[in-house]
Amino acid sequence: MVAPPVSRTAAPVSRPDKAARPGPLVSATVAILVAATCIPLGYVVWGAVSVGWTRAYELVVRPRVGELLFNTVGLVVVTVPLCVVIGVGVAWLVERTDLPGRAFWRPLFVAPLAIPAFVNSYAWVGVIPSLHGLWAGVLVATLSYFPFIYLPVAATLRRLDPAVEESARALGSDSTGVFFRVVLPQLRLAILGGGLLIGVHLLAEFGAFAMVRFDTFTVAIFQQFQVTFDGAAGSMLAGVLVLLCLVLLVAEALARGRARFSRIGAGAPRAANPIRLGRTTIAAETALIALTVLALGVPGWTIVRWLWIGGTKVWVLDDIATALGQTIGLATVAAVLTTVLAFPVAWVAVRSNGVLARAVEGANYVTSSLPGIVTALALVTVTIHAARPLYQSVALIVFAYVLLFIPRALVNVRAGLAQVPPGLEEASRSLGSSPAATFLRVTLRLTAPAAAAGASLVFVAVATELTATLLLAPTGTNTLSMRFWSLSSELDYAAAAPYALVLVVLAIPVTLVLFRQSTKVAAL
Amino acid sequence: MRRRRWSRIAAAVSVVAVVLGATACSSSSKSDELLIYNAQHESLTKEWIDAFTKETGIKVTYRQGGDTELGNQLIAEGDASPADVFLTENSPAMAAVEKAGLFADLNKDTLDQVPAQYRPATGKWTGVAARSTVFVYNKARLQPDQLPKSMLDLEQPAWRGRWGGAPAKADFQAIVSALLELEGEQATAQWLAGMKAGAKIYNDNIATMKAVNAGEVDGGIIYHYYWFRDQANTKEGSGNTALHYFKNQDPGAFVSLSGGGVLKSSKKQDQAQQFIKFVTGKAGQEVLEKGTSFEYPVASDVPANPALPPLDSLQAPKVDPSTLDAQKVTDLMTKAGLL
Repeated sequence: MVAPPVSRTAAPVSRPDKAARPGPLVSATVAILVAATCIPLGYVVWGAVSVGWTRAYELVVRPRVGELLFNTVGLVVVTVPLCVVIGVGVAWLVERTDLPGRAFWRPLFVAPLAIPAFVNSYAWVGVIPSLHGLWAGVLVATLSYFPFIYLPVAATLRRLDPAVEESARALGSDSTGVFFRVVLPQLRLAILGGGLLIGVHLLAEFGAFAMVRFDTFTVAIFQQFQVTFDGAAGSMLAGVLVLLCLVLLVAEALARGRARFSRIGAGAPRAANPIRLGRTTIAAETALIALTVLALGVPGWTIVRWLWIGGTKVWVLDDIATALGQTIGLATVAAVLTTVLAFPVAWVAVRSNGVLARAVEGANYVTSSLPGIVTALALVTVTIHAARPLYQSVALIVFAYVLLFIPRALVNVRAGLAQVPPGLEEASRSLGSSPAATFLRVTLRLTAPAAAAGASLVFVAVATELTATLLLAPTGTNTLSMRFWSLSSELDYAAAAPYALVLVVLAIPVTLVLFRQSTKVAAL
Repeated sequence: MRRRRWSRIAAAVSVVAVVLGATACSSSSKSDELLIYNAQHESLTKEWIDAFTKETGIKVTYRQGGDTELGNQLIAEGDASPADVFLTENSPAMAAVEKAGLFADLNKDTLDQVPAQYRPATGKWTGVAARSTVFVYNKARLQPDQLPKSMLDLEQPAWRGRWGGAPAKADFQAIVSALLELEGEQATAQWLAGMKAGAKIYNDNIATMKAVNAGEVDGGIIYHYYWFRDQANTKEGSGNTALHYFKNQDPGAFVSLSGGGVLKSSKKQDQAQQFIKFVTGKAGQEVLEKGTSFEYPVASDVPANPALPPLDSLQAPKVDPSTLDAQKVTDLMTKAGLL
């Protein structure tokens, strides 16, 4: 899964003093979306209430839940710091030292984002079939998610004012001292933002952990679904999972604190003097090569190896073409719709200042952390009991994608919209253009690149989505990830390989977009 | 100039989106097709569907899922279910749907094709295939005289850490439901507690078999056909292993019936009945005999694949498939911490 890693480090958006009032259409759309984001939370609460206190207690306070709690929390506590160490280390090496081949390494460590975590897991199980448990989970997750730290940290490092470090040096600090006392504190926001993103992914991921037989809450909820469909035990587990997500949000907010790390005035942007690595160059290069082999070599090699073993037999073109068509179809519709809907939300968030704006911020913050399995379970239960025509429909799964991925579109659309000077719109209005024409001619034009980036992020997120898709897919729908999952669950690794390849190829362009975006931020 | 370009791009994207969206929608559900909720192996059901469509011209589509998942889904959907036919790998999910009163009576000529011991007495559904529980073991790690005499022996501390199974799958749950039926709730709970403490947990039968083959554990509880399929194929996952049949009416000798039934709410009763009749007929059963599934045929006097030991030589315990209780098994397994 690919998500915007620079999201939370972006500069806060300044609100105009005189807040604009959203029109009724915008208000209604936004209010409906905010209400819709409450469905998963409502489902969890309703689930707990409807099974009754004693039964809920019985289902939550039991050894299995303790086991899952240990696994899930252990995973987050081990993986996130590991990703921070690797991400910051790599970013520092490629941005701040005289390491040979930096231009080559720099984009390479964004590339793991093009490999869905469950494909990575499949690759590792192919190499070491007995791989399982917590450490297997940590291995796969670290290799899949460390770019979420690397990307924003590298961008921040490039942007830091070297003058501060030079002052520290002039005052007698050595390189180590400068790194820990000056550089690292300035990376805090980037690290926390990336860490939160990784935490959210760890809580939500199903396929990668199921494949290495590591039971987290999401995996257990899925197992319960496979046994009981919409049973009480599953919805209770979902409740605990949602609580974990909220804990994560609060922890990140507390750690972020109120400290500020900006400098006043633009300064003179210039590159810092690269640190000489000297004799440690070889060690550094070896480490980077090792990381590349683990994060990219293993999946690449496994896919090629299975394709080789499978030969032409595994290219069942009919099936692959159908899956590809359906995946692109669903992903395109969801991406366009999500981006379109992100506009009114972003507009409210950027331009107005009322209750609605705060509700939007809050809802977006919470939903961005909600695992797909909870949203999907909620939508299955709600539609089967209360909205039968939507049940098992394409509309429902697209709706689920919108709910799950609107935060990703929003980050971009919002940033784009914030850069549109309201003065230009006012000029257009005063020259006689209608609000709609002004929006099309001025606002949309200026935000189009940001919106396109947001849409492409959503596209890839949908194309590689597995968990919610498995629960919500209409009869007859078979996306690439579903086919991949069904084949690799039957341990037919060779037949799954073409799907893995197509999934990776689909994600590559968007990974490039991400990399470009991060370098552009640095150039500002 | 720039504005034109953007609006053109926007227009092109929306057109593509609408077209793709429309095709995605239209390909997903067609109301003239028979809809199967299929918990059987996709490859086997596909073979049946292809042969059936060829013979009758009736088009069939399916929704893939697990036994109890689809069974509970049917119960939740109730009378408004879009499904016409339900096919499973094991009996408990069929029994649950029957208990919810959702099955139509099967036609008499269909039932006449199936011997009485391979279908429930109620005639609400029928066995369409069968599979036997086996203990697959690693030949280098276990000698024939060290094998467990009964599946119940595996709860003993002596077996701790040495055997594996896939409790999250309906296959395994069917075996537990037979255990429950034969030995009662207390013995089952105790056995499951022994499993939680002593067994290595795998995702499914194939993973269990491969782990036994690799020597991760000495043995495992699976169904017979996974082993025969691999033997007929590359032997990559079973070359170091052999099968042990518990026989002796042991719970571990349980033969599980894969079921097929017609939903009462179906608006295509006639075609749905035809499908079940076809599957239990000669042509449908020969798919089991000659195809790659290695499951046992149960009807129309079609013999098993010659590689398999005859079904009536397995000394399976007698269990009425209608009495198997999926709900109770799920509860017991949840209590034991296996789910």
